[in-house]
Amino acid sequence: MTDFIALLKPTFGDILKREVFRDNVRLIVPADAVKPVLKSLKEQHGFDMLVDIAGIDYLEYPGATDRYGVVYAILNIKTGERLFVKTHVNDPEPALKSVVDLWTGADWLEREVYDMYGVVFEGHPDLRRILMPEGCESFPLRKDYPLRGYGERHNFPLLTRAEG
Amino acid sequence: MPVELLDPSIEAGADQEFLYTLNFGPQHPATHTTLRLILTLDGETIVKAVPDIGYLHSGFEKLGEDLDFNQYVTIVDRMNYISPVANEVAWMTAVEKLLDLEVTPRCKYIRVILAELARISDHLLCVGAAALDLGGLTAFLYAFNAREGIYNIIEQASGQRFHPSFLRVGGLMSDVTPEWVKLIRDFTVSFPQAHADIARLLNRNKIFLDRTRGIGMLTRDEAIARSVTGPLARAAGVVRDLRKDEPYLAYGELANSFQVACAAEGDCLARYLVRMEEMIQSMNIIQAAVENLPAGPVNINVGEKFTIPDKQSTYRSIEGLIQHFELFMWNRRFETPVNEVYGANETANGELGFYVVSSGTGVPWRCRTRPPSFIHFAVFPHLMEGHQISDVPAILGSLNIIAAELDR
Repeated sequence: MTDFIALLKPTFGDILKREVFRDNVRLIVPADAVKPVLKSLKEQHGFDMLVDIAGIDYLEYPGATDRYGVVYAILNIKTGERLFVKTHVNDPEPALKSVVDLWTGADWLEREVYDMYGVVFEGHPDLRRILMPEGCESFPLRKDYPLRGYGERHNFPLLTRAEG
Repeated sequence: MPVELLDPSIEAGADQEFLYTLNFGPQHPATHTTLRLILTLDGETIVKAVPDIGYLHSGFEKLGEDLDFNQYVTIVDRMNYISPVANEVAWMTAVEKLLDLEVTPRCKYIRVILAELARISDHLLCVGAAALDLGGLTAFLYAFNAREGIYNIIEQASGQRFHPSFLRVGGLMSDVTPEWVKLIRDFTVSFPQAHADIARLLNRNKIFLDRTRGIGMLTRDEAIARSVTGPLARAAGVVRDLRKDEPYLAYGELANSFQVACAAEGDCLARYLVRMEEMIQSMNIIQAAVENLPAGPVNINVGEKFTIPDKQSTYRSIEGLIQHFELFMWNRRFETPVNEVYGANETANGELGFYVVSSGTGVPWRCRTRPPSFIHFAVFPHLMEGHQISDVPAILGSLNIIAAELDR
C-alpha cells in the first residue's frame, strides 16, 4: 500500500492523518481540504473511481468530537488499491464542496447524504431530496431522529378519489 | 417532484413547445417494481429522462441501527430480493471483517455455492425479464422454471424459499445435508439445458438483436466516472471482478475454475451476453466447490463467543445455555471494536458493499449500504437520451434495477 500521506505532504502539509483498520486505509482530512485532496488523488495518483459516499452521524459516539462524518471510498481501477477519505462537518450548517465535477457518479450519492443527514454539497447541480418525499422537513438518519419518526406515516395527507 | 422539472419548456427552451411530458410508472408493468420516470419527448424520441425514486424507501439503514448484527441479516435479505443470499454473504463479509473472524473452510465453500446460485438466479430473472419486455415470453418461462430449482435448493438448506436468513456471524444457521448436495448435483445437470434453451431462443433472434444492439451505449470511461460496477461495467470493457481482484471466502482457491466474462461494446446486447456467460462461469464454480466441499464444522468455535450454540447444547449444557442468553439478551450480545470498516462482495448486480461503524456494542452504529441498483439507476437518464420510447424497457431490463435495493 502506497503511503499517501508522504505523497500528499508537499502540497497539503501536516493536515492529513492516516488510520488503518483491518485492510482499510483511511485518510482523515479537514472539511475545507477534502476536495483538493480528492482532486489530487484522482488526477495525480490514479484514483479514477468513486465507489461510495457514506454519511455517518457521530452524536454521542464514544470519543467523537465532531457531529457528522462523510467518507469517500475511492478506487484505483488499474492497481485495485482502495482508499477511504474521511472528513468531519458540524452543525449548525454542515457543508462540503461537491465533487460531481470530478466524478459524475457523485451526483446521486451526494443527494442521498444530503437527504439523510442534511449535509449540503456546495456546487452540486441538482441538490434535492432523493429518497424522502419533497415536503419532508427532517433528516431521518440523524441520531436525534427517532426510529419510528415523528408520526409522518400516520399523519400523511390522503387524497380521496373525489378530491383526486 | 417539483413543478419546474415536470415542465419541459424551461429545460428545452420555450420555443420548443411541441415537446411533451410522459409519466412512466411508478405502476407500469415494464418497470417491474415501483420506479417512476418523467420523460420529455419529441415525438417518440426521448429528450430528457428524470427518474423519481423513493417510492419503496423503508428505512432499512435506520432499522440497522436498532437491530444487532445477526438480526439485520433478515433486512439485507430484502434489499435485492432476487438474490437474497448474496446480500447476506456481503453483509457477513463486512461484519466478520469488523470482528476479525475467519469462518471455517466448509462454511466458506457453502457460502460460495449459495452466492453463485444467487447470481444465477438474479441473471436468469434479468435475462428472462429483459426478453419478456421485448416480447419474448418463452425465454422468461424457461428462466423461471430454472429458478425454481434454485429456490428448492435454498429451501432444502434453510427452510425458506425467498428470504432464507441463512447466515449467522461466524457461520451458518445450520449445516447442509447430503440431500442438499444431491440437489445441487441435479441442478448442475439440468441448468445447462435451460441455459442453452434461452440462448437458442435469444442469441440469434432478429427482433431481440435489433432491439438491443447499439442501444443504451455506455463507454468504459463513462462507466468508471459514473461508479458503475458488475456486469454493466464488464460489458463496457472494465475488466474488474472482486472475485478475482480481491478474492474473499473460497474464491482464491477456486480461481482456476472460472473466468471473468467481459465485452467491449457496452450496449444492451453486450450486457445480456455478459450475464449469459457469467451464468456458465458460476456453474463451473458451483461444480468445483461442491466436488471439493470440505468436511468439518460450519461454525467457528463456540468458545469465541460469537456463534449461536446449537439447540442440543443450549438445552443440555449450562455453558450453551449461558452463551445463548448472552447472545440474545438485548443488553448483552457480543462486544465489537470501536471502529469502522468497509467490506464488499461481487454480487450479481455489481459491487455490494457495507460500511459498518461500530460503537463497541452488539448493534451497529451505522450500516451504510453501497447499493449497485442505486448507482446504476443514476446512469439511466444518460443512457436514455436520444433513444426511442420503445427502448425504455430494453435499457431498463438490461440494468436490472431492483427497487427494494434502490430505495432501501
